[in-house]
Amino acid sequence: MSVLVYTESENGKFKKNAFEVASYAHEVAQQMGTSATAISFNADENAQLGNYGVSKVLNISNDQLKTFNAKAFANAIAEAAQKEGAQVIILSSSADTKFLAPLLAGKLGAGYVPNVVGAPDSTSPFSVKRTAFSNKGFAHTEIATEMKIIGVSNNSFGAHENPATASVEDFNPLLNDGDFSTKSVDIDKVVGKATIADADIVVSGGRGLKGPENWGMIEELADVLGAATACSKPVSDLGWRPHGEHVGQTGKPVASNLYIAIGISGAIQHLAGVSSSKVKVVINTDPEAPFFKAADYGIVGDAFEVVPQLIEKLKAFKAQNA
Amino acid sequence: MKILVCISNVPDTTSKINFTEGDTKFDTNGVQFVINPNDEFGLTRAMWFKEKQGASVHVATVGSPSTEPTIRKALAIGADEAIRVNAEPTDGFFVAQQLAEVVKNGEYDLVIGGRESIDYNGGMVPGILAALLDMNFVNTCIGLEVDGNNATAMREIDGGKEKISTTLPLVIGGQKGLVEESDLRIPNMRGIMMARKKTLNVVEPVDAKKATQDTKFEKPAAKGAVKLVDNVDDLISLLHNEAKAI
Ligand SMILES: Cc1cc2nc3c(=O)[nH]c(=O)nc-3n(C[C@H](O)[C@H](O)[C@H](O)COP(=O)(O)OP(=O)(O)OC[C@H]3O[C@@H](n4cnc5c(N)ncnc54)[C@H](O)[C@@H]3O)c2cc1C
Ligand SMILES: Nc1ncnc2c1ncn2[C@@H]1O[C@H](COP(=O)(O)O)[C@@H](O)[C@H]1O
Repeated sequence: MSVLVYTESENGKFKKNAFEVASYAHEVAQQMGTSATAISFNADENAQLGNYGVSKVLNISNDQLKTFNAKAFANAIAEAAQKEGAQVIILSSSADTKFLAPLLAGKLGAGYVPNVVGAPDSTSPFSVKRTAFSNKGFAHTEIATEMKIIGVSNNSFGAHENPATASVEDFNPLLNDGDFSTKSVDIDKVVGKATIADADIVVSGGRGLKGPENWGMIEELADVLGAATACSKPVSDLGWRPHGEHVGQTGKPVASNLYIAIGISGAIQHLAGVSSSKVKVVINTDPEAPFFKAADYGIVGDAFEVVPQLIEKLKAFKAQNA
Repeated sequence: MKILVCISNVPDTTSKINFTEGDTKFDTNGVQFVINPNDEFGLTRAMWFKEKQGASVHVATVGSPSTEPTIRKALAIGADEAIRVNAEPTDGFFVAQQLAEVVKNGEYDLVIGGRESIDYNGGMVPGILAALLDMNFVNTCIGLEVDGNNATAMREIDGGKEKISTTLPLVIGGQKGLVEESDLRIPNMRGIMMARKKTLNVVEPVDAKKATQDTKFEKPAAKGAVKLVDNVDDLISLLHNEAKAI
């Protein structure tokens, strides 16, 4: 018996969420009196996972799996789970992982609970707390099946150091042609910039910014903070910004440490998607804007005055604190 | 091409979320139910397939009789036939097994579901369905073209998008991007009249296991009051010293 955790990497390097899910797996393993085993695909520094309490890493070195492929990855993880006699599989909430998770659940006949926000309430019966109703509520969910899959919500558990020594083993999953019946032909992705999914800080603009030509200052503010940029739904519907930036109930969820909303009114559908962000700042001309009720800090003011000042002062602040 | 659009019946996005029966049930009192937004994009995309390439479009929901207005709306938008599996959809694995039976019996080439239901946010029914039937699967799908047996799908990934090539039979978990907001169709009078004459088959559920159960719900803790400041220096200082966010 063990707890298996899928630790995601990109170009050989672990993603930030890999350390969070590894920490979570360690916690579950402790509660169940067992150990945590990680599975990684073409990762270079597997021993790093030991710092987060993983005691064994199954590393797959396989050129066919250089590019993410949901079915092939799901099948490899399923095979590892069976080999290890795992009863619990821990996953992240990345787009890739949310793609493979239901395939894995279907294949293993496992109960899958996504968006989990804390250590299990109990492991017998196995019960976890997760967000539901697009962050307007929480559910405590019991999993009845022998095999259980937990999707940990981004940034909800955090990475915790638990130094251990991780042994690293090569793992060669059985692959067959059917695994590659969906093929990646092209990836169009920003590189070297924080994404909404994993950024610590997200700077978001709404219709209050009047037009796409005014996004220069939003991008500059994001640059100064090392933040990802996002927007409200009408902004993407109007074509001012790409769809991938639309956050909210029908867009992407945001679970950053800091969310800065500029010229966004704070409609219920928008708030639902950003309520998991820890600290929220609102800049809006209208003191009655509903977003102020959901915010931690706010400035009632014109974005076209406040944002340029904020950029200047932050540059100075960064220079001082560098 | 035979297309099945899977529709989940969800509270309108403006709904206030409350719980009842000792916080063990979602309180549906005063709640308006609608077609899950992610499914609405898929339904419109299916109508385009029908109009441009020729396809028959069926819709299916797993739900009690109270879901029929939602499924009638899908018929009014233009689906040809509807299937309702008469069971409470309390678990994603259970729902996927029910839909798998519908897909097997109907021999669909393309199954369009949504990325997630906006109520329980499972994000799993289409993927589990694909796994159960060994059909190809693309999640967070924001564009889909079908040419004969070949399909090209665009998928949203963290920080961008990915183009995928695959073949039918295919299941997708779709979202906005499949069609745009402005492409969505609102049922007109003629559609509503025609929907009354269309077939709504009610089938009983197959024996299937439930994998999970929600035992208790909670509302988020009330938020403290916002701190308003009137200059950016104070804001930066609070974010640094108090919130430790920068
Ligand atoms: C089914 C459905 C799903 C939806 N899903 C989402 C979703 O996922 N995400 C989402 O965001 N929305 C969603 N919406 C839309 C939502 O209801 C709101 O319409 C939307 O969030 C409003 O966007 P906004 O705040 O940018 O624009 P507005 O509501 O127009 O607000 C603009 C704000 O800017 C302020 N402002 C104006 N000028 C300035 C200035 N110079 N400086 C500073 N502030 C200024 C105004 O005071 C106002 O508060 C959904 C709606 C529906 C019906
Ligand atoms: N009860 C249901 N009946 C039919 N389709 C459903 C049902 N529940 C979920 N689906 C489909 O599966 C998608 C993802 O739902 P979920 O896994 O519940 O988040 C939805 O967008 C629907 O397309």
